[in-house]
Amino acid sequence: MTDAPLLELRHIALRLGSRQVLCDVDLTLVSGEIHTLLGANGSGKTSLASLVMGCSGYRPVQGELLFAGQSIVDLPIHERAQRGISLAWQEPARFEGVTVTEYLSLGHPGRGADDCLERVGLAPDDYRARMVDRTLSGGERKRVELAALLALGPKLAILDEPTAGVDMLSLDEIIRVVESFREMGSTVLLITHQEELATHADRASQLCGGRIVFSGVPAEVVAHYKARVCVNCDGETCYA
Amino acid sequence: MPKLKQFYEALKVVGQDPERILSRDTAHVVAHGHELISEQSIPGVLISPRATEQGIGAKIVIAENVRVDLPIHLCFGLFDRVGIQNVTLELDMGANAKATLWSHCLFSVPEQARHAMQATIRVGAGAEMRYQESHFHGTSGGIEVIPRAKIELGRGAHLYSDFSLLTGLVGELDVDFDVTVGEDAVAEFTSKVFGHGKDRIRIKERLVLAGRNARGLIKSRVAVENEAMAEVIGITEGNAPGARGHVDCTEIVKDQGVVSASPLVKVTHPEAKVTHEAAIGSVDRQQMETLMARGLSPEEAVHRIVAGMLR
Repeated sequence: MTDAPLLELRHIALRLGSRQVLCDVDLTLVSGEIHTLLGANGSGKTSLASLVMGCSGYRPVQGELLFAGQSIVDLPIHERAQRGISLAWQEPARFEGVTVTEYLSLGHPGRGADDCLERVGLAPDDYRARMVDRTLSGGERKRVELAALLALGPKLAILDEPTAGVDMLSLDEIIRVVESFREMGSTVLLITHQEELATHADRASQLCGGRIVFSGVPAEVVAHYKARVCVNCDGETCYA
Repeated sequence: MPKLKQFYEALKVVGQDPERILSRDTAHVVAHGHELISEQSIPGVLISPRATEQGIGAKIVIAENVRVDLPIHLCFGLFDRVGIQNVTLELDMGANAKATLWSHCLFSVPEQARHAMQATIRVGAGAEMRYQESHFHGTSGGIEVIPRAKIELGRGAHLYSDFSLLTGLVGELDVDFDVTVGEDAVAEFTSKVFGHGKDRIRIKERLVLAGRNARGLIKSRVAVENEAMAEVIGITEGNAPGARGHVDCTEIVKDQGVVSASPLVKVTHPEAKVTHEAAIGSVDRQQMETLMARGLSPEEAVHRIVAGMLR
């Protein structure tokens, strides 16, 4: 981990329709850092991930979005990906007629498919030829998504709820996956509700009502989050 | 160039091995227009073709209990700029037989042509047939393809049919299959077509689940772009106790293309069940964004999604 900022959100605001989803968000991730983003359902975590990735409809109405010191707010998704940003969706899309091996080879990956499958707890012999369609269970599809990001080895990996839908016994495997990103030198924005996973990060931030209300070492942020869980909050009352 | 050599070359272009297809141990019939080019029967598979000015007729009889190891090949094509090919196919598969048929329809050369097939297929009790029909067209868009089939599946028979037209401009395609599924029999029909230019596509498949515990699936995957139009009609009737059917249509529309899908279900027995699903639209946004987040351009992402769906 260095002190050089890789991702910077400065005074970011996002509206979806008439709803203010993110408000005056400041967040900086330095290179090599694992940063956990905590927050209740509807607090804006996935919206923030979509905004950074550049998904349709998630253009900020205010603020700056910098990657490696350069504004990326006008770049489409694929150009952000080509600069080194990628996202593992909370509920990944399914693809007919695309095998797991083919899926893991998209986008000029730097790591072999078999190695990545093993790292997410999938036996390569059993999964190489499987289709990334409805025949995979939700948990299997999540693991394949993580493997695809590992294969890609992005500079910034955004992991949206990587443990959701994956059985509880697999938490250690998910932690090892996050460690694999660290070994590769990737910076990780880790969105999770899972306390053990959250505290595995270097730093953490809590979103509430679309605002970053607390940042610091993960254990303190988790404690803050658990002590002041709120729903439909505008963030003002939680602001520390 | 001799017609047989033209078939050799055309088969190579579409990734097939002509030596294998036309070998002495492979049952086959090869016809150019209304001219019979090659035929081969093997033990257990009797092919009786006849060529007239009106068309090619072929009767294929697969004997009871025969297991045909190598696919039976039906190669039809035209290598002139203008032409007509009428094919009448009578296929009789004996009880407990098992065979795979590959039909290669090669129309990459003609600019104006009509290929019509009238097939009558009977799959005997306990028999299993896998039928794969692949069309290869050129860029003229002047081809008219009219496949018609009446198919009967006996008790416990299985038929898996896969129709594809993915290479070149379709021109006009008008598929009409009518299938009667007997007791404990299974019929699965998959159609994959990619329409471009001003292609006109109509696919009508009707499954009548007539026997107790008959099962059927109609699956269509159609993509259109430019000004192509497609109409997909999947009809399933559940007429017997325990009959189970499903119609699954997925269509992708690009540019000015137009698609309509009509999954029609009809149940006449209270213990039968038929379901359907149809999805038509532009390329799924989440799929697009997932692939773009891997660095694929929007065009590459669309190509990957459509190619996967039509695979």
